[in-house]
Amino acid sequence: MVENGIGASLRRKEDNRFLTGKGNYTDDINRPGQTYAYLLRSPHAHANINSMDISAAKSAAGVVAVFVGQDLVADAVGGLVCGASVTGKGGEVNKTPPRNVLTMDKVRFVGDPIAVVIAETLAQAKDGAELIAVDYGELPSVVSTSAADKPGAPQLHEECPDNVALDWELGDKAAVDAAFAAAAKTASVDLINNRMVTNPMEPRAAVGEYNSGTDEITLYMTSQNPHVHRLVMSAFMNIAPEHKFRVVAPDVGGGFGSKIFTYNEEAICAWAAKKINRPVKWTADRSEAFLSDAHGRDHVTKAEMAMDADGKFLAMRVSSHANMGAYLQLFSVSIPTLFHGFLLAGQYTTPAIYLESRSVMTNTAPVDAARGAGRPEATYLLERLVDVSALEMGLDPAEIRRRNFIKADQMPYQTPVVQCYDSGDYDASLDKALANADYDGFAARRDEAKGRGKLRGIGLSAYIEACGVAPSAAVGSLGVGVGLWESAQVRFNPTGGVTVFTGTHSHGQGHETAFAQLVTERLGVPVENVEVVHGDTDKGQFGMGTYGSRSLPVGGVAIANACDKIIAKGKKIAAHSLEAAEDDIDFAEGNFTVAGTDKTMNIAEVAFTAYVPHNYPEGVEPGLDEIAFFDPLNFSFPAGAHVCEIEIDPATGTLEIVNYTAVDDFGVLVNPMIVEGQVHGGLAHGIGQALLEGCVYDEDSGQLTTGSFQDYCMPRADNLPSFNVDYAPTVPIHNPLGVKGCGEAGAIAAPPAVINAIVNALGIKHLDMPATSEKVWRAAQAAG
Amino acid sequence: MPTVSMTVNGQAVSGEVEDRTLLVQFLRENLNLTGTHVGCDTSQCGACVVHVDGDSMKSCTMLALQANGADVTTIEGLAKGGEMHPMQQAFMDNHGLQCGFCTPGMVMSAIDLVAKNPNPDEATIRSELEGNICRCTGYHNIVKAVQQAAKNMGG
Ligand code: FES
Ligand code: FES
Repeated sequence: MVENGIGASLRRKEDNRFLTGKGNYTDDINRPGQTYAYLLRSPHAHANINSMDISAAKSAAGVVAVFVGQDLVADAVGGLVCGASVTGKGGEVNKTPPRNVLTMDKVRFVGDPIAVVIAETLAQAKDGAELIAVDYGELPSVVSTSAADKPGAPQLHEECPDNVALDWELGDKAAVDAAFAAAAKTASVDLINNRMVTNPMEPRAAVGEYNSGTDEITLYMTSQNPHVHRLVMSAFMNIAPEHKFRVVAPDVGGGFGSKIFTYNEEAICAWAAKKINRPVKWTADRSEAFLSDAHGRDHVTKAEMAMDADGKFLAMRVSSHANMGAYLQLFSVSIPTLFHGFLLAGQYTTPAIYLESRSVMTNTAPVDAARGAGRPEATYLLERLVDVSALEMGLDPAEIRRRNFIKADQMPYQTPVVQCYDSGDYDASLDKALANADYDGFAARRDEAKGRGKLRGIGLSAYIEACGVAPSAAVGSLGVGVGLWESAQVRFNPTGGVTVFTGTHSHGQGHETAFAQLVTERLGVPVENVEVVHGDTDKGQFGMGTYGSRSLPVGGVAIANACDKIIAKGKKIAAHSLEAAEDDIDFAEGNFTVAGTDKTMNIAEVAFTAYVPHNYPEGVEPGLDEIAFFDPLNFSFPAGAHVCEIEIDPATGTLEIVNYTAVDDFGVLVNPMIVEGQVHGGLAHGIGQALLEGCVYDEDSGQLTTGSFQDYCMPRADNLPSFNVDYAPTVPIHNPLGVKGCGEAGAIAAPPAVINAIVNALGIKHLDMPATSEKVWRAAQAAG
Repeated sequence: MPTVSMTVNGQAVSGEVEDRTLLVQFLRENLNLTGTHVGCDTSQCGACVVHVDGDSMKSCTMLALQANGADVTTIEGLAKGGEMHPMQQAFMDNHGLQCGFCTPGMVMSAIDLVAKNPNPDEATIRSELEGNICRCTGYHNIVKAVQQAAKNMGG
């Protein structure tokens, strides 16, 4: 048994620096001669820029330069790109309107950047921006998801008639319609998946620096995927060739998707640093983050279920509008289609599923992947619909789920919506969750609460998620313009320490610890001798980064594979030193041993021999340093059952979560402490969506009404309970480490569990998120 | 520009600041104490919390000049002789942090919380930390950390 290997709740290596104020976040970085960038943004939701006068700003005190869109175009800087080309109805691929780094002709959302002022101090840059005179010709705007494609709606882009970027469908409509026509019972629900602002606590920031001696640009930035950022800015935006461009994502204060994308501001810092030959720094303040970060969710949906007389699901029909905002961001249309539609089978055997999804443009910030990305939307509508179906059938919500579950012995299971699940035991996780939550005792608790004038409700959510998106060929055939493999390099230093370069990026997930445990398990090297390096394109090999709960299921396997290459080479070296045949060498817990003897050599000695190859096998290269790229065979399919129990005070609408039970299947847990933390954080995100968070644009003016933490309600400590977390693991056949992703599960599972509990307490069919006290109070009054 | 003088983490410091310079800017930019973070512009998130004369204070909501003559402690000043403060240690032991961005403010608030409530129950901890937003942890482990620290701090 290796100490501190897989399964140890090892305290995190990264915590010492974070707890003592020694973290190194982008805004902590200052470079000699640094200037400060401030972006002038549109105050209008939709307007023509009739003219813009920057002359006064240019000569303002401390101002070094003022740039507008034409300056970047003149320098051949390309626009921001959308990486999705998804084929919709009639074989039509999504229409992607162009987007310049600085908007030139027409602004399309409040916050659309039109100029950048660079000055000696931030205050001077802001003062300079005040002097830019812009003559706007205001246009009517549309912000509503459901109104965007209606006749007469203001039009955003010539390329997108009726504001439709993509009209997409999945499944056999005729078969589904036929099943509905023949069904014994049907159920239906109309719902809104509320728009969220992702809000990692660290706002985006960037520092660009140019070295005229080497003609190299270095960009420090808040990134979840520095190599991909470099690639996009190099290949599509022409900022610098990749080999002359270093992107560093140092400590990053959370991402949750919002730091995947290439945005205007970071590209500007890189480009302008060379242009003015001085470092350029930009840090978003929170208001700017609200305006300019990509948002998440924002679907308006009708979902219907056809059932037989026993409540067995026969077919499901979903029609959805998804808000893309004013421009297509990186994944954009792939989220409400591929990442959403492919999850609609959930944990059930529903044989026929049809989804029709329209991606529409509105005068709002772009919408893209946010913790869960499409899968929370799918799970929410499905798990709400299942509860409504149970209501229609007069069945207990647990019972209707059991009747429709894919059974463990049906794995691997091919769903009608593309995905083939590789593992899962949904009965087991539900049974455990119900036991842990004392589901059977609920009726007594409800009655007791009633005696106190409280309404108590219980809600279930049986979710599946598809993360660690793969394999690359499938991803490409669906129209996402990347490969989704991952890389790792495992390097022994001559004195026995190990440096691991991962292509993933840690912004809170604890990779420096969990990945070191993986190496310790595999190579038997003490965990304190393993250092994990990430986030710098000059240090490690190309990697795809961290999002979609991919780091361990994809990146972890790459590390394990590189370790195996180390072992294979080490066997040759050890065999030579120990004067044995290579086939006779066993490797375990850090030692190469001649089978059946006590002749042994530690891996650190082998490493030393590899670098000082005096007595060395013929034909073997010196050094002990191996690289591996891993392209998985399939997605990772975490799943589970969550139970939420709440109590409502009908007099005030105040709601308390009295118990939240999660039972998840994440396969093997490398560091259970970290996994549990990921579950907690995901739950908070999901409960936040269900109860508190909702991004609102004013329908008339297009202004962002919820533009700060005063107006947008983030979950705080006193909004949440302590969680009751447990596991029901199964073995994923496609993952060599037996692991599944865990970062998004909570955010996917929680919203329907919470809303199901609320409607259960109130005895109503549905209530839209966020279920604020006011909404709950109104519903309680109406329900009497 | 006026000069401001104060004691920060036990050391006398002074510097020239604009009238509008915030305490957090003075700490981060003049003193390079970048452990104190800025997470918002509406005094909501608590990433910037430091101790001013022993009380937790949002350093984004105080001018540097208002701290003239004050005794300020930041996250960098907590560990003594290479040993973490019990609150820092409890955050580490209980996995009370993920990305670490809210952490300095959270730890500073939590220390003040325990100083004022030596034996806090869960509800007290949760309501007292209402001014500190964490997007990563869901607060569960932060609450546990504060409970452990309160015990270790002799509550
Ligand atoms: S920075 Fe958010 S409260 Fe001070
Ligand atoms: S640990 Fe990331 S915001 Fe709290």
